[in-house]
Amino acid sequence: MVDTPTDPRWLSPSSRLWKMRCLEAGVVGSLVALIAGAVVAQKGAAPGLSAAGGTLVVTALALWFLRRRFRSWSYQEREEDLVVRRGVAFRRLSVVPYGRMQFVDVTAGPVERLFKLQTVKLHTAAAATDARIPGLEPGEAARLREQLASLGEAKAAGL
Amino acid sequence: MTPVVRAGRIVPVFLLAIVVSSSGGQGHSNNSVRLYDAIAIVVVAGAGLVHWLVTKWALDGATLRIESGLLRRDARQLPVARIQAVDVVRPFLARLFGLAELRIRLAGSSSSNGRLAYLSDQVATDLRARLLATHHGVDPDTPEPAQELVTKVPTDRLVGSVLLSGGIVFVPLVIAVVVLVKVSPTAAVVVGSAFVTYGIGFAQGVWRRISTQYGFTVADAPDGIHISRGLLGTVAETIPVHRVQAVRLVEPFVWRLFRWCRLEVDVAGAAGREAGGGRSATSTKALLPVGSHEVAQRLITTVLPYAQPALSPPPPPARWKAPLSFHFLEAGHNEVLAMAVTGRVRRTTTWVPMVKAQSLRRIQGPLQRRFGLATVHLDAAGKRVRAEFRDRSVVEADTLIDELATFSRAARKEEEKSRALPSVATAWERPGARTGNGAGALPPAGWFADPAGRHDVRYWDGARWTVHVRDQGVASVDPS
Repeated sequence: MVDTPTDPRWLSPSSRLWKMRCLEAGVVGSLVALIAGAVVAQKGAAPGLSAAGGTLVVTALALWFLRRRFRSWSYQEREEDLVVRRGVAFRRLSVVPYGRMQFVDVTAGPVERLFKLQTVKLHTAAAATDARIPGLEPGEAARLREQLASLGEAKAAGL
Repeated sequence: MTPVVRAGRIVPVFLLAIVVSSSGGQGHSNNSVRLYDAIAIVVVAGAGLVHWLVTKWALDGATLRIESGLLRRDARQLPVARIQAVDVVRPFLARLFGLAELRIRLAGSSSSNGRLAYLSDQVATDLRARLLATHHGVDPDTPEPAQELVTKVPTDRLVGSVLLSGGIVFVPLVIAVVVLVKVSPTAAVVVGSAFVTYGIGFAQGVWRRISTQYGFTVADAPDGIHISRGLLGTVAETIPVHRVQAVRLVEPFVWRLFRWCRLEVDVAGAAGREAGGGRSATSTKALLPVGSHEVAQRLITTVLPYAQPALSPPPPPARWKAPLSFHFLEAGHNEVLAMAVTGRVRRTTTWVPMVKAQSLRRIQGPLQRRFGLATVHLDAAGKRVRAEFRDRSVVEADTLIDELATFSRAARKEEEKSRALPSVATAWERPGARTGNGAGALPPAGWFADPAGRHDVRYWDGARWTVHVRDQGVASVDPS
């Protein structure tokens, strides 16, 4: 297994995914900090400020973790199969042969649409298959979908 | 007879309603309630009658036509060439009247399967034989080929195994209740009632398992493994061997004392308990609800005609990562088959043929990284169908990922090649055997001239040649 992150054949999601994660974590973190601060501030200003500050620190830690997780995503199209790598604490590597793909899903949630990103997900007959690539530029997502669909048809084999 | 049976499923509910209303009714409302019940029964019986009147079936040569529905007519054409299996189901009431239901399963989608309810026993058996004979391209009046009885699960063993697999929980509970009665009677009443509730649920589960698996008979036939089972309602089903995605051998703790085990198979596109969330219709079926290892081994070699891989335990550090399951963990693979043992108290052995592998996954948690371990999953079709190479060393996991990918690719290629082979076999096939089968489609299972030339015909199961042969209509077995 090729395992050097610098290998040019390994592709990564768009850097906009990181910005999206920043926005998500930032919004959720500051909201929680605001509410926590407001609730604890009824006991005094100092505890309220420290509660809000603590929440922001936790958010910063979460961002650090998200950064690592964002960097861990990578995928590679090999001759016979697609390989997807992800995870920081739990490192996962999925190998899905093109011939086993049932269909390819391209989805974009509201936040993803805001950042013009798409998620590509591969489905096989096995429910456990978890080959999902988030944060792809629309062009790359379309290319990947076309590529996978044509390869899947060419190498399809029944159950 | 059919309308009675169809309505019969609902009649008992109404009978109960009548009993309840007549015992609880207060005189004046009694008659009107009875009238409503009577009307309800008539309506249900009438619906059954109408359904029976509008349902028609006909077998003309290569297709079975089933028409049903009064308002929305539903005409279904089932090409005989695409039939995977024909199951005969006899629910309790239908059985009382000597009726049976035919379930026809086709290759491919599970939605296009046909149901034919209810036919008289004789007609159902005849139609089944006729369908299979037509499907295999022999004279429609040919009787079904001989099947070889593998095993019949004795009733005492079935009852014992079902009680043991759940009943063991009762022992500490009974002791606890007895102790409580001595200590505090009021608490005992509370606990006792909870105990009774659980007991009723348990009894229901026991009854369900015994009634569905009573008289479990397994037989080996050319078109797959034949299973017949059932106490009140009976089911006769066929598991086509080439549709089997994975095989599991389960040995619960108490069963091991008796050297018993259970054998399950995951079958693609079969009707039954759906395990794939509807999209991938894979169902788990018991191939042997309880039995000895010898019988299980024999069934395994029938379902997976491959060489068994050698097993090896994970490296010593795995003992620290998985102290409770280390004693069972084992895994191994060869070019055609992956095999893995997992479990803490209940030992589970899973086989996944390389041909059926859907995807490969390598997972490494923080603890595993600390000990230099990783887990590799070989997924087959279905929800939780996989061979787990748990807690192997990192080096081994990396080679595993590569090797399993290579082997499953090779197995797929091999399968495609063998699928191309029957185009040669079609040269020998009897006329009319492949009607309704489009060009480029998967060649259907059937009897064809023996490619080895030693016998009249040999059975082609849709993916490969089997050991079943026939000479002048006499079935026998020749491994070649």
